[in-house]
Order: sequence, then C-alpha cells, then structure tokens
Amino acid sequence: MTVKDGKQLGKLSRWALKKSPWVFHLNAGSCNNCDIEVLDALTPKYDLERFGVTLVGSPRHADILLVTGVVTMQTLPRVLHVYEQVARPCLVVAIGACANSCGIFDGSYHVVGPLDKVIPVDVYIPGCPPKPEAIIDGVVKGLSKL
Amino acid sequence: MFLSEVLMYIGLVVVFPGFLFTAAIGLAAVWVDRKVSARIQWRVGPPWYQPIADIVKLLSKETVVGQNSARFTFLSAPFIGLAAVVVLATILWMASICPATGFVGDIVVLLYLLYVPSLAIIIGGSASGNPFGALGASREMKLLLAYEASFLVAVFTLVLKSGGILSLGGLVEYQQSYGPMIAQGPSAIIAFIVTLVYLPAKLGVGAFDIPEAECELIAGPYTEYSGAPLAAFKLIRAMLMAVLPVFIITLFAGSAWNPWAILWFVLILVALIVFKNTNPRLRIDQALRFFWGPLLVLSLVGIALAAVGL
Repeated sequence: MTVKDGKQLGKLSRWALKKSPWVFHLNAGSCNNCDIEVLDALTPKYDLERFGVTLVGSPRHADILLVTGVVTMQTLPRVLHVYEQVARPCLVVAIGACANSCGIFDGSYHVVGPLDKVIPVDVYIPGCPPKPEAIIDGVVKGLSKL
Repeated sequence: MFLSEVLMYIGLVVVFPGFLFTAAIGLAAVWVDRKVSARIQWRVGPPWYQPIADIVKLLSKETVVGQNSARFTFLSAPFIGLAAVVVLATILWMASICPATGFVGDIVVLLYLLYVPSLAIIIGGSASGNPFGALGASREMKLLLAYEASFLVAVFTLVLKSGGILSLGGLVEYQQSYGPMIAQGPSAIIAFIVTLVYLPAKLGVGAFDIPEAECELIAGPYTEYSGAPLAAFKLIRAMLMAVLPVFIITLFAGSAWNPWAILWFVLILVALIVFKNTNPRLRIDQALRFFWGPLLVLSLVGIALAAVGL
C-alpha cells in the first residue's frame, strides 16, 4: 500500500507532499467522460494551483496517479508500466464507477477487472462520472491519510 | 588567517551572496511569476510557500533511474549545472556589492558560466535514454545556438561603448561615474532590447518554451528526472530567474546593490511574465530564423553604432 510509504516520511517532507501534489492522469480504458471531469477540475474555475496541484506529463514527476476506466486487456501492461515508473511515495486514485467496480462493463470479454485487482488503490471516487468537486474531495481525503 | 579566508569564501559561495541568497530571491521570483500568471488567468494562484514546498517535496521523493539511462552522467548533470549557477551568482553579486573584486575578463567567465546550465539540460536529456529527453535536448541545443550570437554581440556592444572595459566591476564603476549605460545613446538601447529578448529564451518560457514543450514532449529533457535531480533543475531555473535580471541590471543600470535595482528587477520580471502569458510557443525553426535573422541584424546595427561612437 502506497500510503504506508507516506507514513515513513519526516514531518517536513509530509507537509511538502501535502502542499505540492502533482497529478498524472492515466486513462486505463475509460469512455473519456471521467477524463473530461478530471480536466474540468483543473480549470481556472476550481483553480487547484491554490493547493499546489499541477498536472504533469511524465509519471516520474507525479505524486498522485489519477486512473480512470476499467482496466482492459490492452491497457493492463501499460497501467502496470506507468505505476512502476512513478517515484514513491505516490497515491493511486481510482476515479469513476468503472475504475471502482467495472461499472456497466462488468463481465465483458475484454475487461481484466477493477483497478484494485491490478495495483493497490488508496482512494475510490464513485460516480459516472464523478463531479469535479467529488474528485477534489477525494484527493484531499487521500492526502489527509498520509 | 588562512582558515578564516577559506571560511569567508565558503560563506560567500554558500550563504551570501551565492547559493542561499540567490535561491531565496529566485524562489520568490518563481512565486511572483506563478501568482501573476494566475491573476492574469483570473485565478487566485498558489500560496507564497509553493516553490519551497515543491523543492522540499522533490528532495524527499525517490530518485528513479531508467534502465536505458547513463547513470552517472544522468545523475550528475543537474548538480554540475547548479554548481555553475551558484558560482555565476557569486561573481555577479560581488561585482555589484564590491566592484573592486572584479577581474579583467570576468564578463567572459560569466558568459561561459551561463552556458553550463543549458549544457546540463542537454547532457541530462541525452543521458536519460528517453526519446522525449533526446528531442528536448536537441531542441535546447538549437535554441542555445540561436539566441547566443545576438546576445554576445549585445554584451560586446557595451564593452565597446565603455571603451573596452572587460570586467563587470569596471563596468559598474564606469556607470557610477558616467551614468547608467542605457542612457548613453541608441546603441545601448538596441543592446538592451536584444538582451530583453534573450531573457525568456534563456529561461525557456513563453514563446521559447520549445525544449520543455509539455503538450508535445511530456517534459522534454526533464522527462526521466525525479526526486533530487529534478529539484536541482527546478532550483537552476529559479536561480536563473534571479541571476539573469541582475546581470541585465548590472550591464545596463549600474550596480545591482542599491534600492533602484529592486524597481528594475520588478520591471524586468513583470515584462517577462506578461510576455510569457501572451505569446504562444514558436516552432524551433521559427525561433532559429527569428534569432539569426532580425535580431542578429539589429544587434549588429547596435555594435556598428557603438563603433562610430553613438
């Protein structure tokens, strides 16, 4: 579990991690609806830079992995690959009904399973799609677990 | 006697005016940049401690080295760049605070030290073994070749104008007795304009965000970096944001160690931020054509004017 790595940090490092969470956005076979809501949460209206949140393009820079969608057979190796590349400590957030429980795709021929079957997940955000407020709330709750 | 001198030099480089002092100013400049950018975009923006939190966080994170990376080169490049910027900052501030410490040719030393951070980015990006890193490094190299020529001509315009003073301390003393450089005719104003265009290109912001180009190249040369080496690159960027305006102030307005320099610093920073937020990224060939075409011609006109004494 990735939160355990966070618990081993010193007080200053933990404060810095909470104040500067850089997010990486990973689509593991989503219908793009959750992805649009993630982008919505990063717009000037919600202004997440107030809390130090920055969208980064490289998983090496990420502190939070936002994963949307069911894990399909096509994306499974990619999801594992990206998860292994993220520098620890990192939080994994499963966004949307599909990432939490496969949603309407449960039992489909191409589905490997919900995200927590593949990699350890720290925060589950239900909804199809979850509102941007729900995503922000989930990330904040995940950070307060550190 | 000997020991106290060594301690004094270490203090000069590490605490004041070298590493800690310049890093503090640079991180403050980064915060002002992010905050003003946010205000331009109708947002609230990050709190004042944001750049510090970013650096501390990166220092406490894991450093991942990729399988294809050349390990030693990859890890040492950012720290070589950081060391060069620290030395650069120390020499630069000392020329303002105490002009007598300047030596003949220190402008040339500073110009070479200004290359090192860009070289560190090129070497780090190439050693990362990542295609995005390699592309970013190649773009950084082309950008370096583009902006350096006109900037060198602009700096030597000033040297010519002052009658061949090749030391920064000498230039500061010259401006103390004859007034600031920028008020000494059209050639100096042309050199100032060329230097102002050089500033965002060196920092890689705004229209010259070509090597990093986050929507094309992930993070360019920094793609594979994580943890402390990435923090070193962030610090290099932050310190350059303090050092480059100070270099411009020293060249064109005299000493950077007086109250007026703060106003100059803020003006240059605001010009940089407004430029950054209003200009989309150029393609690398457009940037090359711009620097080797109009800007180089302009700077050559400047040095010609200086040669005839204008």
